[in-house]
Amino acid sequence: MARFRVNGVEQELDIEPDMPLLWALRDELGLKGTKFGCGVAACGACTVQVNGNPVRSCVTPVSAIEGSDIKTIEGLATNVGGITAVQQAWIDHQVPQCGYCQSGMIMAVSALLESNPSPSDADIDGAITNVCRCGTYPRIRRAIKSLTATA
Amino acid sequence: MTISRRRFILGTTVVGGGLLIGYASTRPSKHSIANRDAGDQPYLTTWLRISEDNTVTVIVPHSEMGQGILTSLPMMAADEMDADWNMVHVEQAPATDLFANGVLVKGFAESMGVSVPGFLNGIASAGAMKIAEIMNMQITGGSSSVRFTGEQGMRVAGAAAREMLIKAAAARLDVPESELSTSLSFVNHSASGRSLSYGELASDAARFEPSSTPRLKDPKDFTLMGKSIPRIDIPAKVDGTALYGIDAEAPSMLYAAVRTSPVFGNKLSSVNADVALQRRGVVKVVELENAVAVVADNYWRAKQALAALDIRFEETENNQVNTQSIYAQYDAALLGELSEDVKEGDAAAALTDAESVVEATYRVPYLAHAAMEPMNCTVHFHNGKCDVWTGTQDNLGIRGRVAKIAEMDENDVTMHAFYLGGGFGRRLPTDTNTIDQATLIAKQFDVPVKTVWSREDDIQQDYYRPAVTSKFRGGFDANNQLIAWENHYIGKNEPAEAAHTPYSIPNKDIAYAESETHVPFGAWRSVAHSQHTFFLESFVDELAHRSGQNPYQFRLNMLADKPRHAAVLKAAAERAGWERNLAPGHAQGIALQESFGSIVAQVAEVSITETGQVRVHRVTCAIDCGRSINPDTVASQAESGVIFGLTAALYGEITIDQGRVMQNNFTDYEMVTLKDAPEIDIVTVESGESLGGMGEPATPPIAAAVANAVYILTGQRVRELPLKNYRFTAVPNESAV
Repeated sequence: MARFRVNGVEQELDIEPDMPLLWALRDELGLKGTKFGCGVAACGACTVQVNGNPVRSCVTPVSAIEGSDIKTIEGLATNVGGITAVQQAWIDHQVPQCGYCQSGMIMAVSALLESNPSPSDADIDGAITNVCRCGTYPRIRRAIKSLTATA
Repeated sequence: MTISRRRFILGTTVVGGGLLIGYASTRPSKHSIANRDAGDQPYLTTWLRISEDNTVTVIVPHSEMGQGILTSLPMMAADEMDADWNMVHVEQAPATDLFANGVLVKGFAESMGVSVPGFLNGIASAGAMKIAEIMNMQITGGSSSVRFTGEQGMRVAGAAAREMLIKAAAARLDVPESELSTSLSFVNHSASGRSLSYGELASDAARFEPSSTPRLKDPKDFTLMGKSIPRIDIPAKVDGTALYGIDAEAPSMLYAAVRTSPVFGNKLSSVNADVALQRRGVVKVVELENAVAVVADNYWRAKQALAALDIRFEETENNQVNTQSIYAQYDAALLGELSEDVKEGDAAAALTDAESVVEATYRVPYLAHAAMEPMNCTVHFHNGKCDVWTGTQDNLGIRGRVAKIAEMDENDVTMHAFYLGGGFGRRLPTDTNTIDQATLIAKQFDVPVKTVWSREDDIQQDYYRPAVTSKFRGGFDANNQLIAWENHYIGKNEPAEAAHTPYSIPNKDIAYAESETHVPFGAWRSVAHSQHTFFLESFVDELAHRSGQNPYQFRLNMLADKPRHAAVLKAAAERAGWERNLAPGHAQGIALQESFGSIVAQVAEVSITETGQVRVHRVTCAIDCGRSINPDTVASQAESGVIFGLTAALYGEITIDQGRVMQNNFTDYEMVTLKDAPEIDIVTVESGESLGGMGEPATPPIAAAVANAVYILTGQRVRELPLKNYRFTAVPNESAV
């Protein structure tokens, strides 16, 4: 049995201990907001937060997160039906294009700003290594900067 | 082959009240006019529905893959009809031939002087497809949606609806039409202060015959077009609720993981299915002609079981092919007989007479699309019918493909549309290997089966931007004037003019040799422009430097008869501060190209890092796409195009060894990320000319712009991509001429 909390809800799953968290979330719990991109932790589309830290769920076996608090894009906003400041900045700067990478991008940026509210460009470059094939990077940087300016 | 230029517009009452405006470029009877079985909202060949609650629904026949089409097209219809944007709803058209996109094909045919869009050539020749059938496509590609469906479909339907609503109001209020005006979904009679909402008028309006030639707005009267309207798809893309094909859910669904012969064209020899069947969750091992699929109750379980199998594929002569053998084949082909592309004057004679001749050979490698959403398709066969869930650049084309593979009537196939996690040409109906596999696998079940490709499958089983070799000779006369341009290249693809340089040169000989390989061909964002603009704009730069002329001025001097090109080139150079106030160790390169009806010039500011790699700091991108419909979308598409082209320039390389692709994943098929993404500055030149596309035109120039700057920094001319394969040394104080 794998036991962990997802967006505040206790989960107990009869799955293999080496099943990556990504597939437990998507195929077992039906949480489709977390995306499969590469399967080797190279693109970050599958980024979720484990106890507040950004983690690439495609290479994280559920055995490694036993008892942890998992937050996915669906649980990012604490107000029901609302969105966070990061998500609002993504709308204000019209960041997404195809949008497929943006759940992971937003989860990674949210974790960064939680731990470092005023990241430098180098901090941002070091922390946000996610791939966006549409190339929304200029807007991502602008959106992050808009959040640090008001922080 | 001729295309009917007739266009048809229809108006009808919606069951339950309201008005439906349809527009088609083919006789509607061919499409059986209305689907009377669709319940209380029957669909016509249509784009607009006005309901009694005063909402307007715009039905979009194209796919949203990030280019903002679900916003731009409705803006065009809503503007012409003076609809209140806050009351406009958008729906994806269902995949029935009632939504056939004849306007698109017609637009292509007219603009390109050919009858079939280039990226459809595969289908057209494979299926001996008649033009009438091609016209039934809901294709999204060729940077075409706004300029064809938008200009010719959306605007006309919107304007026709407005005229019908005015007629209805004139009758209702018993006033002349000339006294009526429209705004924000109301018809107003200012003399009496009376107003009627479109919703109130819709059913009456449906009794009038819509005009197929309504008066369109003058651009100065636009209320939506030309404004940066926030995209309607973005909120769902920030809260995780946007659904892509890979997110499809259906009861009792199973998952398939597939391994296909890594050598293109080779067939399956054997597989030991038992090993997989003993594993948890595995339901079946399916053998296909060139692949094996494991079907399980969870994708990861299917993938793990697949990895445990001993799968053997046959060996053929394809196993002998590698990148070097392909290039040798190209070199031999270019020495053989060539086909003419452009012949003006006598380039051979001019080269013989020339005072000096510059020669160069350029190459680019194969490229994969690597859309972020791995390829996938969910198919459910039940009671002689079939449901398909997938994201595609052409729902109707894929419906036909599934029907063909499954050997059933396409009217028994129902498509469920999704957002596309990137397209870039990979999800065109020419590139159906995933769809074919998913269909054949699901055919063995009576429950839905979702086939998902791994990233490795995606990179190794793509339809590739071809590797291309291109040889040049340029000749100058005694006055240092460029008098001859000779270019011999491999493989003529669409767009047909991709290898044509815009510069005025008296003698041109552009010719090509076809040289087929076993590596599958695909349309890759900007198609043949992606390679040719690198070649053309690099070689022009070489000619400028070799003749001691400034590369910007050299280009400008040859654009005397191309004022739009010249204006765009100037706009880019001026905005970038061409060769002025550059930081030490920085240099600029410039490049220009027209593609898909838009003209783009880019200036890249570049330096060389301590490890000899190229660093692009800033890209200035000037665009003339005629008019911007949604300027922020134009900007975002340009930014996207630059990064896409830059990824190819810096990193993009698919190599072939023993017949197969050697790259696996983003670890060895690298992408530009935030750390190496340049600042991008967009300048739009609003020429007011015909609309150009924006999905692709910003991709072609960037590679040459960067390589041209590298030459100034290092004295080294880059004639092969990608740049990651070089270790450059910056030459201090190298003076740029």
